[in-house]
This record gives sequence, C-alpha cells and structure tokens, in this order.
Amino acid sequence: MIRRLVPGAVLSALFVLAALVSYVWTPGDVTGVDIASKLQPPSPEHWLGTDHLGRDLLAMLMVGARTSIAVALVAVGIGMAAGVPLGLAAAAMRGTLLDEVIMRGNDLVFAFPSLVIAILITAIAGPGAVNAIVAIGIFNIPVFARLTRGAALALWERDFIMAARVAGKGAPRISAEHILPNVTNLLIVQGTIQFSLGILAEAALSYVGLGAQPPVPSWGRMLAEAQTLTAIAPHVALMPGLAIVLMVLGLNLLGDGLRDVLDPRLRDLRT
Amino acid sequence: MLSYALRRLISLALSLAVASLAIFLVVEVAPGDPAGFMLGTGAQPDTVAALRAELGLDQPKLERYLSWAGGMLSGDFGTSYTYRTPVAGMVADRLWVSLPLALYALALSTLLAFPAGLYAAARRGRAGDVAVMGATQLGIAVPNFWFAMLLVLLFSINLGWFSAGGFPGWSDPLAAIKALTLPAFALALPQAAILARVLRSSLIDVLGEDFIRTARAKGLTRFQALWRHGVRNALIPVLTIVGLQFSFLLAGAIIIEQVFFLPGLGRLIFQAISQRDLIVVESVVMLLVFAVILVTFLTDLAYAWVDPRLRRRR
Repeated sequence: MIRRLVPGAVLSALFVLAALVSYVWTPGDVTGVDIASKLQPPSPEHWLGTDHLGRDLLAMLMVGARTSIAVALVAVGIGMAAGVPLGLAAAAMRGTLLDEVIMRGNDLVFAFPSLVIAILITAIAGPGAVNAIVAIGIFNIPVFARLTRGAALALWERDFIMAARVAGKGAPRISAEHILPNVTNLLIVQGTIQFSLGILAEAALSYVGLGAQPPVPSWGRMLAEAQTLTAIAPHVALMPGLAIVLMVLGLNLLGDGLRDVLDPRLRDLRT
Repeated sequence: MLSYALRRLISLALSLAVASLAIFLVVEVAPGDPAGFMLGTGAQPDTVAALRAELGLDQPKLERYLSWAGGMLSGDFGTSYTYRTPVAGMVADRLWVSLPLALYALALSTLLAFPAGLYAAARRGRAGDVAVMGATQLGIAVPNFWFAMLLVLLFSINLGWFSAGGFPGWSDPLAAIKALTLPAFALALPQAAILARVLRSSLIDVLGEDFIRTARAKGLTRFQALWRHGVRNALIPVLTIVGLQFSFLLAGAIIIEQVFFLPGLGRLIFQAISQRDLIVVESVVMLLVFAVILVTFLTDLAYAWVDPRLRRRR
C-alpha cells in the first residue's frame, strides 16, 4: 500500500528539497547578469543552460520553487483555515439560514474564477506574490467548505455522534472533537490536490505579470521571459515548464497515493 | 420542469445582483483616482474635479452602482474613462474573439475526452486503460500556457502550419478558425484530461449497476451495453464538470490570449488595469462572472433534463 505513495512523494520531495537547498546553495547567481554566458545550452558548467541574461537556469528553478511552494502552501492554508470551520458550521446548522447563507456564499465565490479574483485584487492593490496568495486562497475557501460540509453531514447521522449528543456535548464541541478528526484524511488528500492547483495558478499569474515581481524568480515569469526565445533557445522555455509539470504530477500522484493509504474505500472511485 | 426552471431563474437573478454589488464594492475601494491618473501628477485640482464630474465620479456611490448595474441590464456598460467610447462596444468587439475561443476549446475538450473516457472504461484495468489514465495524469499537470508555447514551437516555428499569433478577424471565417485552433487546443488539453477521468470513473460506477448486467445477459457486448445504457446514466457528473470547465476556459482564455497576442477580453482587461480604466475592469469581470453563473444555471437545467428525479429533489 505504501508503495503507491513512493513516486509522488519522491517527486514532490525533490522539489521541496531543491527549494530548501536554494537557501544555502545554488549553482549560480540568480540576480547577477552575465551577458557573455547568455542562452547557453545545457553543459557540465550549467546543467540546464542559461537564460537571456546569462543566469543559471537550475539556480533560477531552485529559487523559483521557493516562490511556487510558498504561494501554493499559504493559499491552501487560507482555504483550510476559513473553509473548514465554515463547512463544519454549515453541517452543524444544516437546514438553517446559516447553512444556506454559507453555501450560497460559496456558490458566489465559485462564480469568480481564481484568475478573475486575482485580476480584481491586482486592480486594487497592484501585482505581487501576496496578492496571488490571497487570490488563490480565496478560491480555495469554497472548495474546503463544500468538502467539509459534505463529509460532516454524513457523520452527523452516525451513532457515535448521537452518543456524543446524549452525553451533553454541544454542536461546536462535537464538530471539533468528533467530526473534524474524521474528515482530516479527506482534507489532507484535497489539500494535496489544491496545492498542485495552486502551483499551476501561481505559474499562470506570474506568467501574466500578476504574481511575484522581479527580482524574485518564479517559474511563470521565467516562461513569460522565454516566450520570444523559443525559436533560438527552446531549453529556456522547456526547463521551467518541465519543472511545473513534474512538481504538479508529483503532487497529484502523492494525492492519489494518500487517498489509497488513508481511505482504501475511495481507491476504486479514483478519477 | 417549469417551476424548477423558475426557481433556478430567481436564484440566478439573486446571484447576479450580489455578484455585481461585490464587484462594484471591491473596485470602489481601489486606491487612486482615475481622473487624477488620467491627467497626470501635475494636473490642477479644478481640472481633476471637472473631469471627475464629467466621468460621474463625484456622484454618491449608491447612485453610481445603481446607474452602472441598471445600465448593464439594458446593455449600456458606461463609457471608458481612457478611450471615451462606450464600454459595451469595446467588450463586444473583444467578445467575438474570447467567446468563440472558449466554445471551440470546450468542443475540442469534449471531443477528446469522450472517446478516451469510454475506451478506458471499456478496457478497465488493461493496458489501454493504464495508458489513457497515464496520459490524462500528464495532461492535468501541464500548464496550458506552456503547452501553447510548445504548440507554437512545433506547428508555427518548425512546421509553419499555423501563425504564431494574431487574429485576422471574422471577415474570413476559415482564417479566423485557423488562428484560434492552436489556442483552443492549448486550452482544451488539460480540461479534456480531467473530463476523460471523470467520464471513466462515472462509467465504471454505472457498469456495476443491475441494468447493465441485464443488458449484458440479453446478449449485448460490454461496449454496446456501455454505449446504449451506460452513457446517459453516467452523464450527470460529466455535465457538472463540463459546466465548471466553461468558467476555467473563459478565465484560461485570458492567459492564452497573451501567448497568441489575441485581441480578446484578456488583452482588454490587462490594458484597462494598467490605465486604471476601472469601469472597463468591473464590466469585463462582471461579464465573466455572468457567463459562469449563466452556465451553472444551464447546467442545472440540463441535469433536470437528463435525470427527471432531480427536479423533485431540489
């Protein structure tokens, strides 16, 4: 069973490790300009080649991984921190006005694609990594709220919850002590999926200039800068794209593996 | 069915009203005065005040909201602060690029996903299924704007089959469709991967049902039973995803337009942001949100059509 976790965990861990190592060592300078070395193909000196300013692509990818991981991770945190309590409250107060207001509010947020939220935020506060985090995080809230509510609704009908109610526990305490621990596995799996979606969203926002701003390297902006160079130096566009694909693939495989390990009943329902 | 549609229509109107208020309030808190921005830092205060009056920015917020929202209902989106032309005209011109692109991508995504999902479900657990699922796993992980760049590299730069960007307009429909083909493929691939996986999973669920067993017992092959009895019953989760995908495709089109330099809503909104043309920003965002809410409404109606039980449940 644990074997199912290995490919995703290894791929994801590689990128996290690269991001962590970049704090103490990178194979080159990511802020310095070395025009004499620009657009070099992969070589023993520059394993993945150099970009249009002569910067080492591997170093850029390592530091860019920090941006991607940080943005996606905090955005998942925002989604969970706001969405899970909302979902728990909606389930505990099922059928009431509060439940209706929370769920209709969720529907409304769902009507704003994350990019549209990002555009609105950028119109107000200007582009930047923090605004990207907020935009992706807001979009994550209804995802976690719906998931939590759906899972919690089924649990509220179970005998052990009835026993807790008979014991005199109120809805907030039951939600915290009995419902939440039973939906944690689902939240972990969904968290992995939202994390991978966050990596994609951050890359897209950075690509159009709404994410992390120079000189902070980001995978999306590396692609934007490489766009006009694809004909003469395809590796400059290939490397950041491959990094995104492998990181997202790793997280998705990890999510699948976690689902199998944490809830074997769901294995056959995989989509 | 009619009363169900009416209930959903009321819900649609409420959602639109709340969304328009939210967008207006969010844009209203934006720092910076559009009139001041347009006239530059050296402008005299009375000149700025005159322009504010001309743009209607000196009116109370509630009045401005009602005027903007009421105007949108009648197709009047206001006047662009920057270009002094009706926003509706600017949006309509761009919509002729963005909307066909999203619909083209939706059609491609469905066309790619259905055979893949059907094939994988029919060959469950065999090599074909594993190959399709592996390909879809990869498809989900590929950022569409990077895939677009790869398509340009292969089909425009190396093979010369398509132009690398730009849009010739609809005066020559074939050239227009050709110009939208690579962008539509780039948009469609990740969505097709998701749709194929959902369809496969949904079909596999349906394949375990008694009515499929009965159909097989009557002598139908696995594929015939799947096609004649399985597909309609597996359509509900698929319709949900198709509905949701439209919003992703419209929003995704904003990014893909940047790759292919297409003069769509994406280009318009980024220009408007840089020029602080807030009335254009709020109108385009409202239009995108309206499209998503409308598609959700139509998806709900489609559910009720596919599965009459849902009309009673909701």
